Amino acid sequence: MLVGLLIIVPLIAGLLVFGTKGKASKNIALGLSVVEFLLSLIVFFQFKHNPSNSNLVLNCSWVESLGIHFAVGIDALSMLLVLLTTFLVPLIILSSFKNDYEKPNSFYGLILIMQMALVGVFTANDGFLFYVFWELALIPIYFICLLWGGENRGAITFKFFVYTLLGSLFMLVGLIYVYSHTGFETGIKSWAIADLYQAGKAMDINQQSFVFWCIFLAFGIKMPIFPLHTWQPNTYVNAPTQGTMLLSGIMLKMGTFGLIKWLLPLTPLALEKWGGLAIGLSVFGIIYASLVAIVQKDYKRLIAYSSIAHVGLIAAGILSCTQQGIQGGVMQMLAHGVNVVGLFLIADILLRHTGTREIDKLGGIRSMNGNFALLFLIVMLGSVALPLTNGFVGEFLLINGIYQYNAWIAAFAGLTVILGAVYMLRSYQGIMLGERKDSAIAFGALASSDKWILYIICLTIIAFGVYPKPLNELAEEGTRLIMLNLK
Amino acid sequence: MKGLFIISGLGILAMLAEIFKFKKALFPIVLVGVLGAYAINFTEWNQNFNLPMFSNMIRFDNVAIAFSGVILATAFFWFILANDYFEKDHITDHFALVLFALVGALMLTAFSNMTTLFLGIEILSIPMYVLAASRKRDLASNEAGFKYLIMGSFASGFLLFGIALIYGATGSFDIMAIRAFISQHGTDLPAFFYAGVLLVLVAMLFKVSAAPFHFWAPDVYEGSPTVITALMSTIVKTAAFAAFMRLFLVTFGGVNETWSMVLAVVIALSLVISNITAATQQSVKRMLAYSSISHAAFMLMAILANNRGMASVSSILYYSLAYSIGSIAAFTVVYTVSKHEEGSSNIEAFNGLAKRHPLMAVCMTVAMLSLAGIPITSGFFAKYFVFSLLIGTSFKWLIILAILTSAVGVYYYFKVIIAMYFKTPEKHDAIVIDSSHVVLLILTTLFTIALGIVPNYVVEIFG
Repeated sequence: MLVGLLIIVPLIAGLLVFGTKGKASKNIALGLSVVEFLLSLIVFFQFKHNPSNSNLVLNCSWVESLGIHFAVGIDALSMLLVLLTTFLVPLIILSSFKNDYEKPNSFYGLILIMQMALVGVFTANDGFLFYVFWELALIPIYFICLLWGGENRGAITFKFFVYTLLGSLFMLVGLIYVYSHTGFETGIKSWAIADLYQAGKAMDINQQSFVFWCIFLAFGIKMPIFPLHTWQPNTYVNAPTQGTMLLSGIMLKMGTFGLIKWLLPLTPLALEKWGGLAIGLSVFGIIYASLVAIVQKDYKRLIAYSSIAHVGLIAAGILSCTQQGIQGGVMQMLAHGVNVVGLFLIADILLRHTGTREIDKLGGIRSMNGNFALLFLIVMLGSVALPLTNGFVGEFLLINGIYQYNAWIAAFAGLTVILGAVYMLRSYQGIMLGERKDSAIAFGALASSDKWILYIICLTIIAFGVYPKPLNELAEEGTRLIMLNLK
Repeated sequence: MKGLFIISGLGILAMLAEIFKFKKALFPIVLVGVLGAYAINFTEWNQNFNLPMFSNMIRFDNVAIAFSGVILATAFFWFILANDYFEKDHITDHFALVLFALVGALMLTAFSNMTTLFLGIEILSIPMYVLAASRKRDLASNEAGFKYLIMGSFASGFLLFGIALIYGATGSFDIMAIRAFISQHGTDLPAFFYAGVLLVLVAMLFKVSAAPFHFWAPDVYEGSPTVITALMSTIVKTAAFAAFMRLFLVTFGGVNETWSMVLAVVIALSLVISNITAATQQSVKRMLAYSSISHAAFMLMAILANNRGMASVSSILYYSLAYSIGSIAAFTVVYTVSKHEEGSSNIEAFNGLAKRHPLMAVCMTVAMLSLAGIPITSGFFAKYFVFSLLIGTSFKWLIILAILTSAVGVYYYFKVIIAMYFKTPEKHDAIVIDSSHVVLLILTTLFTIALGIVPNYVVEIFG
């Protein structure tokens, strides 16, 4: 039942917020999202206490004759991503307190409804339900980007929508194909994840390859992986900051999470055949995106490219199908979610205080606001995965996992460490250090909401860098279950 | 069966209204009558003593009742949409024509003889020719009626020719007798029998406006009064598909090798031509006309998967219901907007609708999402059922094509959404919408979403 509440609370919250007016909307939205976070903590402790608690699964029939169920449940993997979602959404809402959006009720209502869909994606145990939530998550973010985005948003959000929709339709076909192979023994077709796993593994290599590419296309677009990434930089830059945070902090994880839960166990044979190619694309994307990031002038665009590089590493690790690779992927998903929200907030703060995000026009902000410089430094170091920050654990495991797959690929993937440091440190240097530019002069104290978010994010970065054990245990457990299904 | 009687009675009553001068009372009478017919229609569910009737000319089995239900429900919504169509001149004529068209539609759901099929098609089509031209001082409307008449008669000729050839080969007009004859004489049927089947196929493809027999549709749809366009793309289409389905799933199911490849090519052409042409349209009404060709292709895909028995039938039922309801909502908005813009339904007329009338914009958005097939609207499930029917057959390539063209579909549906929320309008005056249309919009929108949340009530209707 609890897991049902996790999905219903944001939905009701979203509908409630639609009915509010003016300034009250943001406060109510923030309050309700905190309630959702507390609820997810209760779920977390129940899960720690007893993972097979009946409160943590829900299975009602939906379209019985087609084997479609409203089946959701918490396992180690989904627990982590639900926590990430419920932790980030309040921060994302809080980050908008300094922006005055038109029609705030719709804005916050859409964010909360999107949260519902995201939690649904991460908890679904039924292939059909997974697809429905997957698509549902797309509608609110489309409108958030369309209505509150920057200039030229019509064409850009449209490209984003068509790309992702095309991908997900192919995923639907792949899933239906697997579904049509279920129930050979019983004669009853079923969308339940266990039945899909079984049917997927029973298919021959050609059938699996068809399914693999159909589904991979959807996840590859969502993450995005080279060469499916062309929608991403423009969308990230033009979306409102909160939209970018939702896209990169949480929505991107739908793709990587999908790889682990909805692709690897379905098509193990195809993975042996095509995994190398997919990893190759991911690793190529790391290097390509890192190099492009180095020459970016707009800081927000730089983060967008860095996100492609990070997600390429995550995907490569997951596709290596090793315990370390997948576990590292999970850890890095969490770390990247937190860090990238911090970075996009920083980009937004820069824009609000100085009127520009161009690295060339910024400089010497540290001398105006040392506190901000320190917080920025911590987030930046988390992002380049310095030891004792949250990024380190995941990246270490990822490269380790890829190394087990192939040492040469690991060497190329490892370039991300160096290149990441180059573009991150260079941009930090350009923005915060050096000679004070005109734009920095007006840089005053941070707004209290921004300060609080950065405090929380920095605390998380350090806390889970020093003591990653609770998350790591869950990630290990979740990976172990997936590895069992791979055999 | 009683539903058919009631609608026929209403049609005659409408003609009498001119003589006995109760024109003003006609609208509520018809509305109640259609609703009554809808309710009474379903009392015959599972009542097998109704079959067959009139020397086996017509059979109201459960499939017929279900499709009649869709048609009558759509008709009820349509009458609300068209309320001011019945206010100016020729009130009783318009009522009678629409009601008799409904009679034809209901016959098409239940025919069990080739002659009833032909009668149904003619009873449906002839009033539609007149209605298409009913804006009699408008050149485009006259052109629409004329074009529709010529093309429709041509198709009827094909149909009649096909029926004659089939009769020559099998010696019967009865669809079950023809079916039995095919299964008895599997391989040694004369060649002109197959020619007959293909002629009937072509005639039916004309009626559902699938490419390459679609050329009449956009002009007719655009030239006709908007409410008549709505009638054509919902009720007429549903009825034509009910007939198509009965013919090709039941009667000619045994010779599917003859027609399935032809049908597959027609579907592929329809998907490509309709979606690409729709994407270039400036008029929303014309865009909806082209998109209706693409929806026809989807429903034909369900017929193509002919080895799935009742699953095909229930998926066509669901599709036609979802599409009809979504279309009624879309046409209501198009109608109101184009009335405000002096008859223009260009995409610019929708600019900034979200600010000028938020409710209409939201309902139009849901309708567009449903037509584009986005969950959790009914349009998504409609497409899903078709995909899952076809994935077990050798026509998987059609699914891929359907997906690619769906992405094009998203382009033109979302063009409307983008215009409503994103573009700034030239005029800022508030749009006046009839209060009954507000109710209609809310009803159809809720229905679209409800149908998407609990599709099982429709798809499991045949048990």
